[in-house]
Amino acid sequence: MITLIDLLMIVVGTIFVAGFGIVAGLCIFGIDRKFAAHMQARIGPPIRQPFIDVMKLLCKDSVIPENAVPSIFNWAPVVALASSIVILLYLPLGSIMPVLGGLSGGYGDLILVMYLLTVPALAMVAGGFASGSPYATVGSQREMVTMMAYEFPLAVVIIAIAWRLSMAGMAEPFSLATIAGLTTGVPIWGVVGPVGILGCIILMVVLAWVTPAEVSRVPCDTPEAETELCGGLLVEYSGRNLAMFYLAQAVKTVAMASLAVAIFLPWNISWYVAMPAPAAVVVDFIFYLVKVVVVVFFSVSLIRVSMARFRINHLVTIYWGYLAGLGIIGLLLIMLDAFIKGGIVI
Amino acid sequence: MSEGAGKKATYNLPIGPIHPALKEPILFTFKMDGEVIQEVDFAPGKAHRGVEWMGMRRNPVQIVHLTDRICGICGVSHSLAFARTVEQIAEIEVPERAHYVRTIIQEFERIQSHILWAGVAAHELGFDTLFYLAWRVREESLDVIEYLTGNRVNYGIIQIGGVRRDFTSDQFPRIEASLKYYEDLLGKLLNLFLDDKSIGLRCRQCGVLSRDDALRLCTVGPTARASGLNMDVRQDSPYAAYGDLDVRAVLPDQYLSGTNGDVYDRIVVRLLEVPQSIGIIRQCLDQMPPGEVLWETKYAKILATCKKAVGEAVGRVEAPRGECLHYVRMDGNSNPHTWKVKASTYSNQMAWLKILQGEQIADIPIIIASIDPCMSCTDRVAIVREDGTDVLTKEDLTRLSVEKTRRLMQ
Repeated sequence: MITLIDLLMIVVGTIFVAGFGIVAGLCIFGIDRKFAAHMQARIGPPIRQPFIDVMKLLCKDSVIPENAVPSIFNWAPVVALASSIVILLYLPLGSIMPVLGGLSGGYGDLILVMYLLTVPALAMVAGGFASGSPYATVGSQREMVTMMAYEFPLAVVIIAIAWRLSMAGMAEPFSLATIAGLTTGVPIWGVVGPVGILGCIILMVVLAWVTPAEVSRVPCDTPEAETELCGGLLVEYSGRNLAMFYLAQAVKTVAMASLAVAIFLPWNISWYVAMPAPAAVVVDFIFYLVKVVVVVFFSVSLIRVSMARFRINHLVTIYWGYLAGLGIIGLLLIMLDAFIKGGIVI
Repeated sequence: MSEGAGKKATYNLPIGPIHPALKEPILFTFKMDGEVIQEVDFAPGKAHRGVEWMGMRRNPVQIVHLTDRICGICGVSHSLAFARTVEQIAEIEVPERAHYVRTIIQEFERIQSHILWAGVAAHELGFDTLFYLAWRVREESLDVIEYLTGNRVNYGIIQIGGVRRDFTSDQFPRIEASLKYYEDLLGKLLNLFLDDKSIGLRCRQCGVLSRDDALRLCTVGPTARASGLNMDVRQDSPYAAYGDLDVRAVLPDQYLSGTNGDVYDRIVVRLLEVPQSIGIIRQCLDQMPPGEVLWETKYAKILATCKKAVGEAVGRVEAPRGECLHYVRMDGNSNPHTWKVKASTYSNQMAWLKILQGEQIADIPIIIASIDPCMSCTDRVAIVREDGTDVLTKEDLTRLSVEKTRRLMQ
């Protein structure tokens, strides 16, 4: 039963998380651009540049092409942004329980997050097809192929971790609160033995490589490919609609990084240092932000400055072949670990 | 749309006249089957500026400065080719030192052009880091060019009968420093471009132009050399000081095990021409003879000689992109009767139809860029009235050129 208080908490929490997601996403874009610029021996734009961009886009007209389907064309950005924010509601932010995914009366788990991660991409595909431009159509087709390519390695990672936790006898292994150790105080690294740690490292690498595809950045920005498709599925978008897609991508980047943090880097400072509860929340939250920036640096900024764009068929080969293979090796190592340790640890 | 049962529907993909993949305006129309190109057509003429028309209303000394502005990258090649035609017609003998000055500046132009191209190629592949790094190191060559000529882009150093500025021996240390800079950098540059996995993945076996096709389509410059044709104007019919120097055409099999004629080979050829240029400049600095750099210091006399000249000549120069040819016919009036500019892209562009066939959308930008197109060098005509599409076959073109020659002979 949901009480009125619970409902109110959820509404207030959602508003806060939405605000946080957008601000943090834009900040991370700014930081990413600054990092990339320094690595490319440039000065780069100021960190607040994404805010300026969004503000500018919001002031501009939204042009709807003549042969577009206006309803889908206009709704796609809204759906993309909304679904990106919903993902964040299921993810723990530092030691703060997920707004919707908390253990007491949880409404969803990691499997739901996986599905939700595809929604912004699907919204972009729908918007691309609805724009009625050959560039956007090609971009949409590529986005669908990209999605199919990275879903499998991502699923392998998530299943492997959750399965190992359930073998360790944890209740609700798919709940993100459990995975992040919020309820048990034990992250995945504390559960597995040496073989499992090797497996987890492999899975972490796989997840780090899924991230650029998930947020469509170089080398996996084939659906947008500036020099080939001049923006691909976003080519016809302008003004407010484009701003919403931009925000959706920013929030999705935060969500993807938070997911990686929750699965593989869940430690909180308050686990090790005794401090009053309100201070712990603040300290853990700041520590969580630092972890998000680190994840974005390694799996987005660093990869995108050191690679050329993949061709779409290369992308599929790499994700289905190499990364999925790597993920399965990680999964096997974790299975082996479970048999060696006999499962139960706690 | 559909072509019968069982066949997938094709669609048209226009690229251009303005598109991020293109550095200059040109219109490509692709007939696509999914991601694969089935048919290609292109329409140049979007950057026509009427340079020849302007030239035929000016005297040769004025045209030299106009030729500098035909291209923003290989300006000195055009000036040199034009100066060589007029010098032949007016029988002006260029002092030997001027030949060396011309050679040095042309090789510096080649260095900056090839590094610029390498940056563009990296950008087309979505590898922006390499693009920024390449353009950063390109600055050095522009700085030296500015130090030597006073200008960074339109050098304005060529004059009919020689060059307008001498390179004195106190300038040599600066030139040598820049050569050293590029020599030290070269290993890194080759490593970044040729050993990078993602560049290899994208460029090998992509946009292949076979040796026969390269020959049949009359390609020139690095595009031809990457397909294994041993041709280079500097080696085959030396001009300026190249006759005194050791110049051999750079071919991909000097670096790789074989010649594929793909985009990767074109990168190899262009990058390896940088050390070749360094070597040529070194030789020039060593062998530079003393003396004047201009046939006649009084410009009025140069102009008077040019105005009186009667005859026709062809000037060929190896521009960074390939052979650049100028034809001039003078009839004793102050202005040339005919002036024809044939830039290297004019010869290379037909290769597009061949190398784009059957490739993927993703490879369109890099394949188009791989011949290093320069549309403002090439465009000599713009079609204003686009009613109906006139396709001229080889026979038509031969007939038209014979007619034009007849007109010129009268």
